[in-house]
Amino acid sequence: MTATQEPTRGEIGRDRRRKEDQRLITGRTRWTDNITLPGMLHLAMVRSPFPHARITSIDTEAAKAAPNVVAVFTGADLGEGQGACINAWPVVPDQVTPAHLPMPTDRVAFAGETVAVVVARSAAEARDAAELVEVDYDELPAALDLKESADNKVLAHPDLGTNVSAVWRFDSAEAGTGGDVEQAIAEARENGIVIEREYRQQRLIPAFMEPRSTVVDPTGEQITVWSATQVPHILRFAIAATTGVPESKIRVIAPDVGGGFGGKLQQTPEEMITFAVARKLGKPVKFTETRSESLLTAHHGRDQWQRLTLAATKDGHVTGLKVDLLADLGAYVAIVGGGVPVLGAFMFNAIYKFPAYQFQTTNVLTNKTWTDAYRGAGRPEATFAIERLMDELAHELGKDPLKVREMNWIKHEEFPFTTVAGLEYDSGNYEAATARAKEMFGYDALRAEQAERRARGDRVQLGIGVSTFTEMCGLAPSRVLGSLNYGAGGWEHAEVRMLATGKVEVVTGASAHGQGHETAFSQIVADRLGVPFEDVEVLHGDTQISHKGLDTYGSRSLVVGGEALVRAVDKVIEKARPVAAHLLEASADDLEFADGRFTVRGTDSGVAITEVATAVFAAHNLPDGVEASIDSEATYDPVNFNYPHGTHLCAVEIDTETGQVRMRKYACCDDIGNVINPLIVSGQVHGGLVQGIAQALWEEAVYDDNGTLVTGSFVDYLLPTAADTISFELDHTTSPATTNSLGTKGVGEAGTIASTPAVVNAVVDALRPYGVHDVAMPCTPERVWRAINSGGPGGETTQAAAPHFDESEGAAQ
Amino acid sequence: MIPAAFEYVAPASVEEALAALAEHGDDAKIIAGGQSLLPVLRMRLNAPEWVIDLGRIASLRGVRDGGDHLAIGAMTTHHDVGQDPLVHEHALLISKAITHLADAQVRHRGTFGGALAHADPAGDLGAPALALDATFVVQGPGGTREVPAADFFVDLFETAISDDEILTEVRVPKYDGWGAAYEKFVRIAHQWPIVAVAATVRMEGDTIAEARIGLTNMGSTPVRARAAEAALVGVPATEEGIAGAAALAADGTNPPSDLNGDADYRRHLATVLTRRAVLTAAGRG
Repeated sequence: MTATQEPTRGEIGRDRRRKEDQRLITGRTRWTDNITLPGMLHLAMVRSPFPHARITSIDTEAAKAAPNVVAVFTGADLGEGQGACINAWPVVPDQVTPAHLPMPTDRVAFAGETVAVVVARSAAEARDAAELVEVDYDELPAALDLKESADNKVLAHPDLGTNVSAVWRFDSAEAGTGGDVEQAIAEARENGIVIEREYRQQRLIPAFMEPRSTVVDPTGEQITVWSATQVPHILRFAIAATTGVPESKIRVIAPDVGGGFGGKLQQTPEEMITFAVARKLGKPVKFTETRSESLLTAHHGRDQWQRLTLAATKDGHVTGLKVDLLADLGAYVAIVGGGVPVLGAFMFNAIYKFPAYQFQTTNVLTNKTWTDAYRGAGRPEATFAIERLMDELAHELGKDPLKVREMNWIKHEEFPFTTVAGLEYDSGNYEAATARAKEMFGYDALRAEQAERRARGDRVQLGIGVSTFTEMCGLAPSRVLGSLNYGAGGWEHAEVRMLATGKVEVVTGASAHGQGHETAFSQIVADRLGVPFEDVEVLHGDTQISHKGLDTYGSRSLVVGGEALVRAVDKVIEKARPVAAHLLEASADDLEFADGRFTVRGTDSGVAITEVATAVFAAHNLPDGVEASIDSEATYDPVNFNYPHGTHLCAVEIDTETGQVRMRKYACCDDIGNVINPLIVSGQVHGGLVQGIAQALWEEAVYDDNGTLVTGSFVDYLLPTAADTISFELDHTTSPATTNSLGTKGVGEAGTIASTPAVVNAVVDALRPYGVHDVAMPCTPERVWRAINSGGPGGETTQAAAPHFDESEGAAQ
Repeated sequence: MIPAAFEYVAPASVEEALAALAEHGDDAKIIAGGQSLLPVLRMRLNAPEWVIDLGRIASLRGVRDGGDHLAIGAMTTHHDVGQDPLVHEHALLISKAITHLADAQVRHRGTFGGALAHADPAGDLGAPALALDATFVVQGPGGTREVPAADFFVDLFETAISDDEILTEVRVPKYDGWGAAYEKFVRIAHQWPIVAVAATVRMEGDTIAEARIGLTNMGSTPVRARAAEAALVGVPATEEGIAGAAALAADGTNPPSDLNGDADYRRHLATVLTRRAVLTAAGRG
């Protein structure tokens, strides 16, 4: 029992392969849909084909009579017992928030909303019977277009009397963080430069790999809920708060979860319906959505119009920025909901020293799928806007876009720096990251090639796009959330259990769904506790094991959850110290702890912390008054947000005959402070880049004039694959965060935030000689071609999909 | 994504398949590789009572030399057709088109005849088959008949195959020594073409002696760019020489407007892609 293993040295910073990958990649693990319980029943949803309609009658008789159907429920049947879908962030005290029943009783507010649920002994029988449910609707006019809806032309919820859910505003003059933006703009109109633009953030679909799935088992003392969610703790709270079931009687488990990107940061109607049905029938039930249902009804992201005014002096110093947003909430105010544009409010000033700033968002209800957080949540929108504007300013001035940024950015010696939006950036070095990115990119050579192609009128034109970024992540200091009316805190919890055999169990309140927490957290604990990486087990995602937590989103797991873990580990060491001193017959003050061992200063006498754990387990020989446990927990509430930054450079080639855009080169240098696992960081950056590039070039959720989602399958919602991308060149500079022990900064969203404007800036840069100053996203070949031929941003897309799968005829062989 | 229940039969011969088809008529669908039918069933866009699987009929697989033509069994997979040396030698255009067809998984399951019988105008095989004047062998209760490519494609998802018939073979005349190219325009790699151009040319020295051009997704069926073909005869295989003829490529077409492009953009693409395809087919691309 006293054998000690040589501790692994220097785990932090090591390229560890992810310990969770074998089971995740081979699928030999437990996903929610794999779970099969004795006597389990299956659900199928009956969904509205109309975006807005009154339900006049629902005939469930035929469905109830179908083979192996156990029950059919409508919203009226489930009534109050179904609970409600909550909005955790009423951004203003008088926010207009439509009641959101998981299954409405009288009116549907978007196409895809559930109106009845069929329960059968198999999923196939449930699906068959769902087609037999007859629903009569009286169609109502639908609020579809965001701008028209903001003017209340058609009401998404007639009883509310308005589509405007909230108007949220920040003004630096009022807040005392800066000057008066109107005055800055007026002065610039007189004697400077004013850039006024309107940009569209198209609607996107998170499109996680694993469709959502929920199993609810009500047969024990606790009701157990397995769900493919990012937020098991928040889900448990929301179920308890809205159904009246005591929180202590609900156990939520997020088993292995196949991606989320914010799309599983939700308390979904489907989860609530599954919970309600299980309780009503007293039997375990499962609901797993189809891919089509996922694209149609899982929350969407982005969807804003951005009206922007930038004021600058004639030499290019920005004097003010005014932002006026329209944000489409969809049919309901989702769990973060109107908070998404507010998360962007503090980021439009980005890495720059703007003297005056004003932000306003008007959050609008429409009869479309609700929107909520999607990788970056508010910050990609802000970064896109300012980075596009900085390029426009550079063009206006005839200066290099990097030069104009440098004139305006915070210099490295000026940190910590309080911005015009009131945030204090702790550390950063924009000069260093930019210099490194330029070097990797071969900036000057590509500029020379661009000039040469322009000069000879080459059919293929080269465009170079620049984007710098910073973001506020590591959500979030609880006091700040409180001041913004968010309904919860932003702390995180961790626990370290020292097992008798020398192994270590770590429990985190963060809830991994693909990030690699098990590996990164093991590295942190291995280093700090001086135990082998392999001996650390990371447990998460089950409210009965991880009893306290606020889950995973907003690049928070490492910078908030990791800090909680560090503090829990440090408590273990301090609790072990008196025991070690006792075992070594030395004074605790004379002990040093390093590499997993307590040693008596100046001697070779020592004991491993794992030996202390064993001794504590036996409890045969503990000092008087010391409890028989060195297990520890810690709850950490961050003191500040966390501010990674980076410089991204993108080159595209544009076939001017067809409008086709091809990536030529992409180089980025991010500063995310100290790195725990470079391999995981590379994965996050690569994936993030592709997701951001996809917004620039490929993805858009398109509705037709009837409120039908046209991009309802992956035939029409274009997700890129490896075949569509190039190899990215990545590097890092390191300005450690000063607000957490490890000096780390978030990286989960970085690539997505920076890449979208880098690509669009590259596209526009290529087309400047054609008089183009904007191309709408996604920059489809057709839009680019039209821009080349008209100088405009490329126009509207025809809202129709090709029929590839024939509905009735042919389709033979 | 669970299909409605259906009965399944996998006959061992064409005759048995025809008998099953006769018996179940409108209630039956034929499945070949299933790459189009299975999504239709899974999305419940169609719910046939019977699915008749041709997968066990060995005689429908393979490529053989028919003397003046190649005979491609309807159930030969795209992969097998694409890899076949006879096809490469005598009908290079088909080999070229298949390299662009969907992805590796689909090419290993999907079949040559199945894709053509499905008659999606955005499918990659219709334009080459039309350009090469392929002949479609169709078998029904009364025996077999041959349908020329020009008559085979009737409309969107509609062919000359009657409800009681099965496509058994596609015969392609030999185009020995002809150059070929398939220019496919997509936004992402695994997408159906927005427009594609199948071009094959016979050269005499530096001059184009004959050209055959089929257009993908430029109407409700694959279409021939006959005006362009005619104008190419005798022109030098240079970009300048070809440009004028290629500009005629979209003449008489009626392409769709959808998410990926409006009709005018597709017409423009057809002319650009035709110029490039012909140049490549002529070995000058």
